[in-house]
Formats: sequence, C-alpha cells, structure tokens
Amino acid sequence: MGISRRQFFGWMTAAIGSQVAFRPDAKAASNKHFTGYPGSMGVLHDISRCIGCRKCEAACNQVNSLLPPDRPFDDLSVLAQKRRPHANSYTVVNRFDLAGRQLPVFVKKQCNHCQEPACVSACFVKALKKTKTGAVEYDASLCVGCRYCMVACPFNIPSYEYNNPLTPEVTKCTLCQPRIQKGLLPGCVEICPKEALTFGTRDELIQIARQRIQEFPDRYVNHIYGENEMGGCNWMYISNAPFADLGMSEDLGITPAPALTSGALAAVPVVVSLWVVFINGIFAISKRKEQVAAEEKKTAVDQALKTEQTRLNDTVAQLKEKAKADQEAAVKREVKKALEDAAKQAAEIQTDPPEASPQSSETTQPGKQESE
Amino acid sequence: MTQSTPREKTVLTPFNVISGIIILIGVILTILRFAKGLGGVTNLDDNNPWGIWIGFDLMCGVALAAGGYVTCATCYIFGLKKFKCAVRPAILTAFLGYALVVFALNYDVGRPWRLPYPIFLSQGTSSVLFEVALCVFLYLTVLLLEFSPAAFEWLDWKRARHIIGKVSMVLVIFGIILSTLHQSSLGAIFLIVPSKLHPLWYSGYIAVYFFISSIFAGMSMVIFEHSLVARFLHDKIDKEHDIESQNVALGFGKAASFLMAGYLMIQVIGIAIDNDWKYLGTRWGLWFLVEMIGFVGLPAVVYAIGVRERNIKLIQRTAGWTVLGIILNRLNVSIIAFNWQLPLNQRYFPSFPEIMTTVFIITLGLVIFKFIATRMPILYAHPDYPDDH
Repeated sequence: MGISRRQFFGWMTAAIGSQVAFRPDAKAASNKHFTGYPGSMGVLHDISRCIGCRKCEAACNQVNSLLPPDRPFDDLSVLAQKRRPHANSYTVVNRFDLAGRQLPVFVKKQCNHCQEPACVSACFVKALKKTKTGAVEYDASLCVGCRYCMVACPFNIPSYEYNNPLTPEVTKCTLCQPRIQKGLLPGCVEICPKEALTFGTRDELIQIARQRIQEFPDRYVNHIYGENEMGGCNWMYISNAPFADLGMSEDLGITPAPALTSGALAAVPVVVSLWVVFINGIFAISKRKEQVAAEEKKTAVDQALKTEQTRLNDTVAQLKEKAKADQEAAVKREVKKALEDAAKQAAEIQTDPPEASPQSSETTQPGKQESE
Repeated sequence: MTQSTPREKTVLTPFNVISGIIILIGVILTILRFAKGLGGVTNLDDNNPWGIWIGFDLMCGVALAAGGYVTCATCYIFGLKKFKCAVRPAILTAFLGYALVVFALNYDVGRPWRLPYPIFLSQGTSSVLFEVALCVFLYLTVLLLEFSPAAFEWLDWKRARHIIGKVSMVLVIFGIILSTLHQSSLGAIFLIVPSKLHPLWYSGYIAVYFFISSIFAGMSMVIFEHSLVARFLHDKIDKEHDIESQNVALGFGKAASFLMAGYLMIQVIGIAIDNDWKYLGTRWGLWFLVEMIGFVGLPAVVYAIGVRERNIKLIQRTAGWTVLGIILNRLNVSIIAFNWQLPLNQRYFPSFPEIMTTVFIITLGLVIFKFIATRMPILYAHPDYPDDH
C-alpha cells in the first residue's frame, strides 16, 4: 500500500462524515410523526355530487394553457373509456357504471398533492418539492427525465412528454399554485357547477367531510380517501360508492412513501463504516495468516534442518569413532603380529631354523584367530 | 475462423461484419431517438415509465458486472492468490459493463446532458436513485483506475503504471464498498412501490436480495466469460491463466452453490415474514417458483455436483444458467412483476427499436472487449510485470 493507513482512514472519515452531516432530513428511526404543514390548502372532491360534465377538464386546459384536445370537452362519449392524466391533460373525469346502481358514478382524477409525496422523495435532483401551502411543485429546469417519480407515485399521476425530443418535462396538476398565490381558486374548483369540489385548508376540509358523512350516513361510505392514504394527501375524496369500485386502490396503507426508503438510506453510512472495518480486518487476517504460515514453514524447515544436521553429525561421529577403533585394532594387531613374528623368529633361531614350515606359521597367525 | 489461410487477415470476419451491421443500425436508432424523442422509438408510456433500457441495460448490466468486485475481494482481501488470473478480465468486464450502463442511460433519460445534475448541481439525498447515481459515478471512476494498469502496460507508460500500482489496495477497498451499496440500492429503488411490484418480489429485504444475488452473479459471470474467452480468444491466454482458470471455476462454483442456497433461504424468510404464501398457488406464484427453483435452486445443486466431480464443463454451463437466472430476476422485478395489477392491454412490451438498441449496446461491449483483450495484457501477464497480474 502506497498510502499510509492514517491517510486512508482520514479519507474514510471525511466520506462518512459528509454522509452523516449533510442529511438534514435524516429521521429514519425517530418517533416524530409529520401531520402536514399547518394551514396548508387542499381540495375535497365529493364524488356523490359529480355529474361528469368535464367542465373542470376544460377549465384546467385553459388556465394551464394546454393544447386543445383531440375531441372537445363537451363530448361526453370520451367517458366511455377509463383515462388517466397525460402530458396534455392534468386532470380527467372517469365514469363508473356500477352493478345495482341506476346512475353512473363520476370521479375526477389528478395529483393528490400528498403530504409526504413519493415523487418528491424519489426525485434525485429535487425537481419536485412539497410547498408549505400544500401544492407539490415541479421545477423543469432541474429535471433530468429519469421518470422515477412516475414509477414511485402510488396514484399513477405524473406524466411525461415522450414526444418532445429535446426539452421533455414531467407534467401534473399544480393545484393552480400561481392562481392560489393571486388569491384565486383553482380553475377546476371555480368552474364546478355542482360544488363537487371544495377548496380550503386541509383541516377544514376534513371537518366538512366528516360532517357530510355524519349527516348522511346512508349516502356516504364512511371513509375519507386521502386522509391517511400514504401518510395523507391534500386532495381528499368522499364517496357514495366503495372506493375500490372506482379504481381507487384501498391497499396503499398509511405509511408515507419516504418511510419506505429511509431505512435503506440510513443503512448507507453504517455499511460504509462497517465495511471499512470488516474489509481491513479480513485483509489483515489473511495477511497475518500468510505471515504465520510463512513463519511456521520457516520454523519447521529450520527444525528439520537442525534435526537432520544433528543426526548427520552423530552418524559422522559414530563412524569416526568406529574408524578410529578399527584403526587402533589394526595397529594393535600389527604390533602383536610383529611381536609374535619377532618372538617366533627368535625362537627359531634358538632351536632349529630349517624345521619351521609355512603351515605351522599359518595356524599361529593372530589375524585369522581374531576374525574367527 | 479456424482456417489459417492468408485470407484471415481481412477485416471482413463474420464477427466484424455482423457487429458492423448492428452498430450501423444502432447509429440510425440513436439519430431517431434524439430526433423524435422517447415516444418515437420506445413503447414507454405514462404507466410504464421504465422499459428494457432500465430493466435490462441498467439492472442486468450492473448485476453482471459484479465479477469485478467479487474477484478483487477474493484475491486481494481474502488473499486467495489462485484467483489472480481472473482479476483483470473481471475488472475489464465490470468497467465495460458500467461504462455501457451509463451509455445506455443517455438513451433512456429525457435530457441526458443533465445526467451530472444530481451529483454536481442539486442533490436529492432523500432518493435511493441519488445513491445509485453517486455510486455509479464513483465506481465507474474507480473501475477506470483499476483497469488503467493494463492500458499503461500496453502503452508502456512506466511512471503512470508505477503510481497507480501504489494505490491499488485503496481502489480495491473503495470498489467493494461502492459495489455493496450500489448493487443493494438497485433493489432498494423498488422499496417505494409496494403497491406496484408483486408481493412475491416486493420485500423489505429486496436490497439484501440484490446484493447477495450480485455476488453469485459475479462469480458465475467470471466462470462463464472464461469459457467464452477460452473458445474465441484462446491464443491470447497464457499457460498460467489456462491452468488457474480451472481452480477459479472450482472455487467460484463451490462458493456460488452455497450462496445460492443461502439466497433461497432468505427468499423463503421474506415470504414468511410478509405472509405471502397464498400467492404461491397463483400464476404469479408459479412464475416465481420457476425463477427460484428453476434458476436458483437447480443450478445451485448442479454447481455442487460439478464441483464434487471436478467437471469444469458442467460448472461452466451452470454458470451460464445462473446468469440467465439473474437476468430473469432483474427483469421480473423491474418489468414483468412490476405493474402486475394493470390490465394486460396496459402492460409494457419493448418495441423493436428498444430491443435493437439494447443489442447494439451489448455488441458495442463485445467489440470493445475484443479490441482490448487482443491488445492489452488482460488474459496474459505482461513480461515487465509478471507478479502484478
């Protein structure tokens, strides 16, 4: 490693520190419960009052300066098909012909302006923002066009200008934020002939909804759609038919979308911190193992060498000793032989020298006796 | 291609001709894409904002590039030196994989010239996609640096090669951390859509599923890729690589088998925790079981058999099988089981230009891989740096 351990840990601390310090919205496991910005505005849609005149669609088209539709807004045959908002229509009305009912039910569909919106939490450039006045605003100047907001929205609301090659934008209802700031009502609310749409603060709207349900319990389903769905919305609905029959999902739960991902995001700095420790630890362990193995190998080899050397030395010493003994024995033998020969010669000289035969001298040889 | 006639020197080999045609089609599609917009070439719509350019090019591309960090960790962190010969091919694959993921993103997002925005202009830190973007950006940089020694050796830039050699360990560690986060966050992207992704695939553990499956995806990819390289670029492989690749297949095959068994276990735990048993009896359940048993359970068993019998061919085939299983999983999560409640006529199926663009990008990857592997010391050791390989 060319970089010192100290340097490396310094960098890591900086990396983790930036993760921890620059997260003002981090609140993964706190017990805080966000109940919406106080005084934020919204709309209550009373489905039982809607007559499907599509005037809201026309007004929306006008106030947002959208392109004219393929078929005029007073053509009610459009209602035969289930529609969703698209790039050129921020709101649509759908008709539901329910079994056992004489009259159809009409539902207006647009952005629900969630209190903690999935799209806002999903946007990786903060092009979508929840304003304190209630609207979810879109800033096209930041949008990259990844369309994760569309994936994330549980109500399938944001749309995309797929046919715009260079400056495509995400489109959706703005709650007529520019009009609200001028003190005007949203276009759709203003034009509604049946007062099926009511504009007000979210708290007021919930009160109104409860009152209506209480006053006409036989008429309304006892549920304010959007009060708690996905953590609550600024656009809410009361209905005379079950919401599930009106294409409105009732299994969304009450968990706000950001809570679904906050755990995974909170794990990021933890993983970074622990991985640094684990990876360095495993690296150190495997390195140490290599070291120990090398040392053990060296010790074993040294030991083996030493043992072998000792054994060799012993053998050499033994051989040396034996050789020495043999040599001494040989010397002794030679000396003895020489002495005996000398003695014999002396005796032969004293007695009768010609009598001495080679046979007799052989039998008295000392070397032969020893070897036997 | 096997005939050694002088005519082989021509550039008009079957590989070059076919890839040339595909690249030509790709160029035309590129012009169409940016002239007519996404609507002109894709089947994407407001309910299906993500198609195969995300589901295949991004999701599968990243998963199959996991061989880079897995091999680096095996060789340098766990200290299993026998895997050294697999490091450079795996890093090259990972680098090209990530580079092509970013390349493909330029087709998919509406305004690709704004892709640096999330990193440099306006950081949406509450988004999992921000984590993904940051990891792609950082890891692509790390992979470029990890790959650079091969290029420097080829260019004979000794000084640059020397400098990069000194920080290699830091790069390895960064690479593993970034990969962990990135692989898992691709799964975490779908945490926000409990009402859209089928409950059998949606799980609070999805980030862990993506991370664990990326490990055996990476191992399988290393094994599978070597079997292809051994067939088509055999003259570029030196003897040491050839022998050690057998050990790599045995080692990774064994590890993948265990990991896949563990992965199956945590999938079962996920179903139990959300009490999704009732869905197993439905058609979606059958499809889920095809994925889990047919493309995880069975290959895990066959891997084990292959390792026990030291059957390299069988291990290589199982690796290809496992790779298919990973592709199936990523497509299931991002496309097939996504929007499962929509009526059939509102579901997404890729258009011909979308498929051809993806084929074009894969072809581009193969051509660049071949270009680099036939020139730079990827499959053989450079004589000047025999140990750094």
